[in-house]
Amino acid sequence: MNKTFNIIISGVGGQGLITLTKIIAEACRIEKKDVKTSELHGLSQRGGSVQTHIRFGERVWSPLITENKADLIIGLEITEALRNIFYLKPEGAVISDKYQLFYPDALDKEEAIKKINSISIKRKYLIDALSVCKDKLDSEVVSGIYLLSIGVFNKIIPLSADSVIEAIEKIVPEKYVELNKKAFKLSKQ
Amino acid sequence: MKKCINKEILLGNEAIVWGALESGVDFVSVYPGTPSSEIGDVFSEIAKDHGVYFEVSTNEKVALEAAIGASFSGLKSLVAMKNFGLNVASDSLMPFAYTGTKGPAVIVVADDPSCFSSAQSEENSRGFAYLSHIPILEPSDAQEAKDFTKLGFEISEKFSIPVILRITTRVAHQRMLVCRSEINNSKAKGRFEKDVRRFVTMPPRVLEMKKELFEKLDKIKPYIEKINKTEDIKSSKSLGIICSGICYLYVKEALDQMNLKLPVLKIGSFYPLAEKSIKDFIKNIDNVLIVEELEGYLEKEVMALAKDTNCKVRVFGKDVLLFIGELDSEKVVFALSKILKRKYKKPEVISFNLAKRFPRLCTGCPYWTIFSAVKKSSPDAVFGGDIGCYMLSGFPPHNMQDYLFSMGSSIGIAHGIKKSANQKLIAFIGDSTFFHSGIPALINAVFNKSNPLIIIMDNRITAMTGHQVNPGIGKTAMGEATSEIKIEEIVKACGVKNLKVVNFSNVKELESFVKEFLNKDEVSVIIARGTCAYILRKQKQS
Repeated sequence: MNKTFNIIISGVGGQGLITLTKIIAEACRIEKKDVKTSELHGLSQRGGSVQTHIRFGERVWSPLITENKADLIIGLEITEALRNIFYLKPEGAVISDKYQLFYPDALDKEEAIKKINSISIKRKYLIDALSVCKDKLDSEVVSGIYLLSIGVFNKIIPLSADSVIEAIEKIVPEKYVELNKKAFKLSKQ
Repeated sequence: MKKCINKEILLGNEAIVWGALESGVDFVSVYPGTPSSEIGDVFSEIAKDHGVYFEVSTNEKVALEAAIGASFSGLKSLVAMKNFGLNVASDSLMPFAYTGTKGPAVIVVADDPSCFSSAQSEENSRGFAYLSHIPILEPSDAQEAKDFTKLGFEISEKFSIPVILRITTRVAHQRMLVCRSEINNSKAKGRFEKDVRRFVTMPPRVLEMKKELFEKLDKIKPYIEKINKTEDIKSSKSLGIICSGICYLYVKEALDQMNLKLPVLKIGSFYPLAEKSIKDFIKNIDNVLIVEELEGYLEKEVMALAKDTNCKVRVFGKDVLLFIGELDSEKVVFALSKILKRKYKKPEVISFNLAKRFPRLCTGCPYWTIFSAVKKSSPDAVFGGDIGCYMLSGFPPHNMQDYLFSMGSSIGIAHGIKKSANQKLIAFIGDSTFFHSGIPALINAVFNKSNPLIIIMDNRITAMTGHQVNPGIGKTAMGEATSEIKIEEIVKACGVKNLKVVNFSNVKELESFVKEFLNKDEVSVIIARGTCAYILRKQKQS
């Protein structure tokens, strides 16, 4: 059977999910992998729950990941990571920010963390990505890049760091390239 | 097919733009609407570089008419809109099929199964094939979106007929590696050559035109057979699959997942239907599954063709697949399992029941305080909604949207309610939506002596679809200065006597105007004006 690597990025509209998706797709192109992504635009991305799908491998047909088929969930926000857990394979991984963007009737942040920790998967990385980026780089918008780097350097995502850095240089506007590269290297420090 | 000079990752909508440029498009008009908006957004940035004329029109009907004018003048034109836009444009769409094109014309229409970005209805624009008799092509991925755009121009050029390229959200907003070829920059200057027989649909000529249209369609049929694709035809005699658009990808994925090989017929054009391919496919097969999103139009067509070809074939479709909401590969796995009587194991998932996170207004958006002020001034009023960011008034905490329909309808329906019921009513409408189709409804309300209060939310941009220009801001989509059309002057010219213009920040004044106008016997309009918070932030950043 054709093997693909499937990533769901979850977060809140406006958090930069599409840029992150474009960077991963570009890194796949650099590594000569077939890739398809799916995303939503318009009203659905205006501050509501959003998710993008990225699939890559030798041959990718559908752009959509279905339930129980994701190898990795990247959460830019903790409740949104939790919301999308139904996509995860039993042997999949979760990399999520502990950061919570509050909304009415939102689950308590600690409760959300506890729930993710209760899932019986081996690879879970819950980190304070946004606050680390704010402390060290004085920027919150690159938290997704930091999360991506954790996936790459821990060999969860089968893409090389060099390809991702090359992709950042191509996709990110020039004046933000250095900032993004720094964020990508944060997890190595 | 021309040589691939560059392979890059493109969004389906971007691929359509490159397809049009490679075809040498001269004239492009759009009205923005998700999931079609990026087509216009990209043209807005690059049209000038390629000698292409680009405009954001006031509405989809006008956009189509602009493209028709360009076509009649011999230019190659493309017009793009979302599904509901085609409803608006349909009045001019039907005669366009009759007159046909002079310069080739492609009409891109984006459907949104599952209504991710669409209120109104879950529309299947393929239905327009039956009404208009215009050929409809359905690409399944971004590469094909580009190829079919070019094919659309080719068919249009060869048969002098407009062609619809029907995409869905998962094609429009799908990224993949796309092969790009050389661009043919537009050099064309059009000229309208008078030809009454061709461009005037007056009876009795109109019926001759209808006959000519059907003759064209007969000629297109054999030509269109070649864009259908049959795969693994010999792999099974018991079950085959017919699919179109994005569903082809779901079928291939499902077959991979189930480790199955079955004959697959991929339909490239929904209309006119390549009947020969279908007949050949179902001739010697016992069962066929039709995989298509939304209503089972294709299924009905196959059933009709089966009567003459193979009346024993059992046709599966909407009995095993939903007609509401989008499909995916798992749904195809389910359908195939059911037909093949295999045990279907629903994927085991871990899931958590979380409170829904509704879309919300951007940080700093002035609409928030406006909603609060209006509600405070008249909590019991009926609140009419329309299409734009102010739709978010319907979500908590405001909950002030008592009806929501189509572009411009907040005013038309307000009038009907005011004529029928003795209740206070406040209708919201945005600047772009007012220009799009609010004006005739406003005139009607004045003309027929109604008295709703209409609040025009003028944030001086078409915000929800990605901040496109509109006639109120004094700039065209190609960045040129133009007349700034003043909404208050239009409102006055429509005969509205009770009119106030208030700045977004002046909430107290707004409250007092609302209270004052709610007791009037004539139509009242308040224009609440200011700059969209997103635009303000962008201006600060640069």
